[in-house]
Amino acid sequence: MHRLLMSLAPLVLASSLWLAGCASQLSKGEPSSRRGADASARKAAPDFELKDMNGKTIRLSDYRGQVVLLNFWATWCGPCKIEIPWFVEFQRTYKDRGFTVIGVSVDEDGWEAVRPFLASRQVNYPVVISTMEVEQKYGGVEALPVSFLIDREGRIASTHVGLVTKKTYEEEIRQLLD
Amino acid sequence: MKKKSASFWISALAALALPLSAQAPQILSLQEPQKVAVPRQGEVQVPLKLSMRPGYHANSDKPSEDYLIPLRLTWDPKAPLEPVEIVYPKAKLEKFEFAEKPISVVDGDFEIITRFRRTPNAMPGPAFLSGKLRYQACNDKMCYPPRTIDIKVPLLVQ
Repeated sequence: MHRLLMSLAPLVLASSLWLAGCASQLSKGEPSSRRGADASARKAAPDFELKDMNGKTIRLSDYRGQVVLLNFWATWCGPCKIEIPWFVEFQRTYKDRGFTVIGVSVDEDGWEAVRPFLASRQVNYPVVISTMEVEQKYGGVEALPVSFLIDREGRIASTHVGLVTKKTYEEEIRQLLD
Repeated sequence: MKKKSASFWISALAALALPLSAQAPQILSLQEPQKVAVPRQGEVQVPLKLSMRPGYHANSDKPSEDYLIPLRLTWDPKAPLEPVEIVYPKAKLEKFEFAEKPISVVDGDFEIITRFRRTPNAMPGPAFLSGKLRYQACNDKMCYPPRTIDIKVPLLVQ
């Protein structure tokens, strides 16, 4: 038992430092990106089930086999609005290669705020309204935008907090599709 | 000294890590309000001194775009004072990477001043004013969800 606990210590320490690192980066207000170099070390993306604007159930696990860009955003978030046209373009360009974007809005006013926004931007990918439970599963979603790139096996390949470049996303999407 | 067990050290590490990971950054801070003496007649001013973390801004009370969440101070109506006017800080028009046009924001150190008048049924003695300040902050790369600061101002009603 003692030996088992001792063997867990480095793991706990590594997790502690990783979490502390994330919190520290966020508290500095800097965008942060995390990429899993080794595919086998990637963590499974937590599954969820939420309704889209038309009442259709969107279940993350239904997209297993595709590369998914899971984007948490809000209508009041300026940096999120920069990314959305990129995501519309990625959806159009890479959809046939097994790629999709899923937008998760954290707007408190729900569809009342989100529906007109989606119509004005001609968003061509599924969008759902978040819940506390889903946000907790994805680490609390403290700042926006937050995006998770999920590989075809349903594992998180990279995480981006804050506005990063279109090029960064596109390179990662291509790598996961190839 | 008694040797600590492995489980003790693992628990200690986990206990250290969790508060760190759960800590949300403090973006807007309120200086503790001073006690306010409320005269028998006339108005009284209650200033709130606030500081925005460097590099961040909050939308002003009159945002320049419909989609932006305004700075909003509300007072509990049950207090012995009723608000006459809330004076928000002068906003700046500032251009950010994420917006096409400059937006109306506040940043740095600023004050929100509320002018109050005494309600007819205010009883002399110590009391409190309670309020809520809602704001939504961003920097040029990320935004934080709307937050609310609870405000409590001690009063001495004369």
